[in-house]
Amino acid sequence: MRLEFDDVSYSYEGKSAEKKRKGKKEQAAKAQWGNAPDARWALRHVSFAVEPGEFLGIAGHTGSGKSTLLQHMNGLVHPTEGQVLADGASLARKEVAAEVRSQVGLVFQYPENQLFAATVFDDVAFGPRNMGLGEDEVARRVEEALGQVGLPFEQLKDRSPFSLSGGQQRRVAFAGVLAMEPDILVLDEPAAGLDPRSREDFLDMVSRFHAQGATVVMASHSMDDLAARCTRILVLSEGEVYLSGAPCEVFSDGERLKAVGLGLPSPAAFAEALRKEGFPLEEGFFSEEQLADAIARALTPAAGGKGEAPLS
Amino acid sequence: MAKDSSNSFVRFRDAGFSYDGKRFVFQNLNLEVPQGQFLCLLGGNGSGKSTIAKHIDALLVPDEGAVEVFGKDTANPEFTYFIRSNAGLVFQNPDDQLVASLIENDVAFGPENLGIPNPELRQRVTDALAEVGLQGFEEHETFALSGGQKQRVAIAGILAMDPAILILDEATAMLDPRGRKGLMRVVRQLHQEGMTIVMITHFMEEAASAQRVVVLDEGQVRMDGTPQEVLVRADELQQLSLEVPFACRLSLLLRQRGVNVPVCITDDALKEELCALSSTM
Repeated sequence: MRLEFDDVSYSYEGKSAEKKRKGKKEQAAKAQWGNAPDARWALRHVSFAVEPGEFLGIAGHTGSGKSTLLQHMNGLVHPTEGQVLADGASLARKEVAAEVRSQVGLVFQYPENQLFAATVFDDVAFGPRNMGLGEDEVARRVEEALGQVGLPFEQLKDRSPFSLSGGQQRRVAFAGVLAMEPDILVLDEPAAGLDPRSREDFLDMVSRFHAQGATVVMASHSMDDLAARCTRILVLSEGEVYLSGAPCEVFSDGERLKAVGLGLPSPAAFAEALRKEGFPLEEGFFSEEQLADAIARALTPAAGGKGEAPLS
Repeated sequence: MAKDSSNSFVRFRDAGFSYDGKRFVFQNLNLEVPQGQFLCLLGGNGSGKSTIAKHIDALLVPDEGAVEVFGKDTANPEFTYFIRSNAGLVFQNPDDQLVASLIENDVAFGPENLGIPNPELRQRVTDALAEVGLQGFEEHETFALSGGQKQRVAIAGILAMDPAILILDEATAMLDPRGRKGLMRVVRQLHQEGMTIVMITHFMEEAASAQRVVVLDEGQVRMDGTPQEVLVRADELQQLSLEVPFACRLSLLLRQRGVNVPVCITDDALKEELCALSSTM
């Protein structure tokens, strides 16, 4: 499925619109949020599309509109202006939104806070059951989803989700979304609060889904994660699309990102700092390994006369 | 062991705790935090870090041994109020700790409960918001804030209580790089002003700015030392579900490639080493 944002703006209600809405009838009719002088725009004229099969990263500093943008993707929040289209059909139509909601799996920040059922099985089954699937199909999907997130079905299915560790709880919450077998996975800071190893494991899992053909949209504060995993990155600032492109394009200019409160991925930031000090480092975009190679090359004299250890 | 612990703000003495009465989160734990220290607790998920933080605030009391905060036994209900009003704990998730709909009301909640009168109360709210970079946000609504902004409001609420020890339980997890740097600046500044700080984090770069780093695993202290001593032990840290800071990873990669640099824990240190190497060529 292709999700398209067509000139989307979204505003939280300002005080004057609220007053109008509570006022007389004809005033209330005019109380469009966007028209209020004190409207606060969370998104402003956002146009882009999530292409099938891509791994789209959403970057932006705190308050830039990342979470609001993601909530538009399955019709949870509707644009104040503009529209969101799923394969050309507007999510403003109820039946479209209902259809899209089962195809766009939205995983919120700290999804484990939304666990509620008495057992792991019931929690993961909640989505599929609400889709009106039969119990056999529900059971199949729950087992498969738990397997996909690397949790042992037999051992955990009857346990309370609240007796699990934080990392496991997050996997259960994630399984609940996977069990709906979505086309598009939308993740808001999926690795926040996990320890480094669980973090890598969790992101590896997301990358695996992408490799298997799923479309993934991931908002993150970690430029390192975005650089290493995404095929395209959208940078938001003050609710507007500030930059969009492949990681090597987006991360080619540190100053441009710094202007909107973002940093470069660690290797790129370090490379830039070294160049500023006059270190003879070649241009380019590096992973950690590539950066180490490039620094070693720069420090190895062409004639090899200085007695430094050779490149391995 | 000497009974007088006036210099020690937090002392775990052979402490043990279990949520279910079966599996101990930690046992025979001995840990001391002197007044004025900036301590960073590291450890994987489930290593007992958060449980330890809750013991410092007397939210939990040990099943075995004792925990003393400001020299007072946390298990004695007589001291609970004193300890809680002087030890400020910031949790992982700001949504769990915001209580009011207006920012100023939320920040004032703690000090108001301590009985701080106006106009001091108002001053404290203003000062605390300024410390976290949210000056002028008094009358904004908390629900419309982003996750990172909410976290800063939560921290301001703690600062307004003017605690003697600040415990941050992954308080920076949801902040963006700028917010995180800003918060670390606040933490370092508070430390310089004499505040005792216990910080739990997964960000190794933050650990590098602490005075002391303690690494926990299954409720046990596995490593204890300065950041320079602890953070360079890559293999051990990885086994404990942790990683080493970027500068340290890069140092190790460079050494594998025959570049003769010491293992650095900060970008600046490594940068200097490399520039020095390059200038001798």
